[in-house]
Amino acid sequence: MEQGLLPPLAGRLGGKAPRSDRRPGEPRGIGLIYLAPAFVLYAAFTLVPLVHAFDLSFFQWDGITKGTFVGLENYRSFFTDPVIRSSYLHTLVLIVFFSFLPISIGLFLAALLSRIRIRGLTFFRTVLFLPVIITNVVVAIAWAWIYAPDGPLNSILSAIGLGEFTRAWLGDFRWALPSVGLVGTWGEFGFCMILFIAGVMKIPASLYEAARVDGAGPVREFFAVTLPGLRNELTVILVLTVIDALSTFDLIYVMTSGGPGTATSVPAFQVYSRAFLTNQVGSAAAIGITLMLIVFAVSFGITRVMERGEE
Amino acid sequence: MVARMVRGWFAVLTVVTAAALAASCSVTPGSSRGPASAPAAPATVGVTETGPVTLTVWDQESGQVSKVWDQLNAEFQQKYPNVTIKRVRRSLGDLKTSLKLAISGPNPPDVVEANQGWPDMGQMVKAGLLLPLDNYAKAYGWSTRVSANVNAVSSFTPDGKQFGTGSLFGFTDKGELIGVFYNKTKLEKLGLAVPTTFAEFEQALAIAKQSGEVPIAFGNLDRFGGIHEFAAVQDRIAPVSYLTDFIFGRQGANLSFDTAQNLQAAGILQDWARKGYFTAGFNGVGYDNTLAKFVKGEGVFMITGNWIVADLGQNSTDFGFILMPPMQAGDPPVTTGGPGFPLAITAATKHPDAAAAYIDWMTNSHSDELLLPTGQIPLAKGADTSSVSPDTLLGQVRTAADATNRANGLVPYEDWATPTMYDTMSAAVQELMGMQITPQQFVDKNQKDYAAFQKSRP
Repeated sequence: MEQGLLPPLAGRLGGKAPRSDRRPGEPRGIGLIYLAPAFVLYAAFTLVPLVHAFDLSFFQWDGITKGTFVGLENYRSFFTDPVIRSSYLHTLVLIVFFSFLPISIGLFLAALLSRIRIRGLTFFRTVLFLPVIITNVVVAIAWAWIYAPDGPLNSILSAIGLGEFTRAWLGDFRWALPSVGLVGTWGEFGFCMILFIAGVMKIPASLYEAARVDGAGPVREFFAVTLPGLRNELTVILVLTVIDALSTFDLIYVMTSGGPGTATSVPAFQVYSRAFLTNQVGSAAAIGITLMLIVFAVSFGITRVMERGEE
Repeated sequence: MVARMVRGWFAVLTVVTAAALAASCSVTPGSSRGPASAPAAPATVGVTETGPVTLTVWDQESGQVSKVWDQLNAEFQQKYPNVTIKRVRRSLGDLKTSLKLAISGPNPPDVVEANQGWPDMGQMVKAGLLLPLDNYAKAYGWSTRVSANVNAVSSFTPDGKQFGTGSLFGFTDKGELIGVFYNKTKLEKLGLAVPTTFAEFEQALAIAKQSGEVPIAFGNLDRFGGIHEFAAVQDRIAPVSYLTDFIFGRQGANLSFDTAQNLQAAGILQDWARKGYFTAGFNGVGYDNTLAKFVKGEGVFMITGNWIVADLGQNSTDFGFILMPPMQAGDPPVTTGGPGFPLAITAATKHPDAAAAYIDWMTNSHSDELLLPTGQIPLAKGADTSSVSPDTLLGQVRTAADATNRANGLVPYEDWATPTMYDTMSAAVQELMGMQITPQQFVDKNQKDYAAFQKSRP
């Protein structure tokens, strides 16, 4: 799914695709042959498993013995199984941390870094972008250590006199999910910032000059010139980060295993747990298919809304 | 432009969905090959084939144990030069996720370490993927080598419908058990004797707490530890016969988790958590971290399995081991534990006799001797453990295991009771000890899981 969406969006980032320069009379079908090898792989490793998963989602199947056809039962359980329901609710919280927060921070940094001449700008940009390139599992292990009861975060809180706020962050029923979410924010904001900085550079300097002549302050300038100029970047980032939030697995798997209780369980983790640990392959497939449809609908909705605003 | 592209993808998705719908009614996943037929009793023990025999073995051993396995494998090949052991080592998690796929696939291994219980071995038996070992057990004397409870947890009826009875589908004589490790220096400093009753144990916890010590070192971020804390308390309150009947599902839906004893055990555990008897913030602390700190001297007690003996030092005289003390002094020894991963033979193997000879080799007294220093406790009756001094930590664990085994007091792991029980119970213990649910709600959650599974059993 993710792979499916990335190329068109990436294409958008890279500017317009070159117009076709096919000579008249050349057979149109030849393109399909070029496409075939990639399509065969795509079909074998994405489409076929997708169809298979869809098929499985109508069965109660333990992974080995003969499955039982149960119709929509696996989908119906979304309304009766509190764990599945809360998993989906948790992703809403994660969207705030994976999408809204990084976008806000990224916008702020982009506006800051592009407006003020900072010595060693490249250095800051690199440092702020660094979290993006670190493997999520490494990030998760490092943050689990930071969040540990005797870890650096609590030490710092104690040192600055906020000892009463120290807690076992990942073991706290209220704070575990925001704690994991914040790791997402940390991992995503650099990506947002880089795209926004690139976008700001494409905004004609004349617009800024005009704004300044009209007496706009930095805030006004941001909302009147910078933000509208970044609409396309915003669309792309929104889609990608929301998908990241919806499909979060690695951070949860490494940091909390969905706990404490089920306080940090998310749909992707449920897919793994049901398919490989508790022999509920059909239910796992149903969650996976639903998750895919939601990702699709949300991406579609976001691009639709953003484009409509443009027209 | 993006919208247009997305619209294009929408079209693709529609096609895919349609295709899936078309396919959905036709393919039923899984196979129904029926129970595997038992191999004939071997005429003689040992490998009798003379041609080249390759046995592929999948296991999840690591560390010192793994090194001993390599040695045992080499010795087996020396003994039978025509046999080649092809060992495939997996991590515990990997084995769990890939074993079922491997043995139902086209090139299955011959011998596998299959975890007991409904979730793993039960499914494989039901699918006819494992061989019943009764004839080999008779030929090699496996049924008399260990106590009945040990082989019961590796037994299913050949149709996979009953657990804890029927045919033997895996064998090991190496065991593990849950107990209470204690820091001798700390106990002395607190002026406490090693507790011999449950009341004394609770008293020790209170005194440790008052003196500013961590009474019980406990980290439950990884979730598996919590089940053991609960089991340690529960084993001393609920009768062994109830626990084994419950786990084996012997009375189906007639047996319930909602009993006064289970409620009481849950209440005690929550009470301990409320009083601060466990490592602060235990739900957010990793098991390995807790263990590392316990080794360094943080915590008076630690309730966990014998697998930490190697970390504490098998000859350690700083740490001691007891079973959870009984309600009445002198009550028979009871604790959760039992055989480790048993070795099973896949139904697809071409060399069942050689595979059985291999299993026997891996569980004979020579293997006991080599594996004992790694902390693997031989459950074989009359295993020679004279090399271990009873005053050492390993010696104490060994003595406790022996006594429990002889009294038939090993209670299987409770998460074997249903395919989803591990998930349900580990989450529920976190909630119980994190004050999110009441003991009654804890009991209800587990009962709901249990009842649903019992109802689904044919």
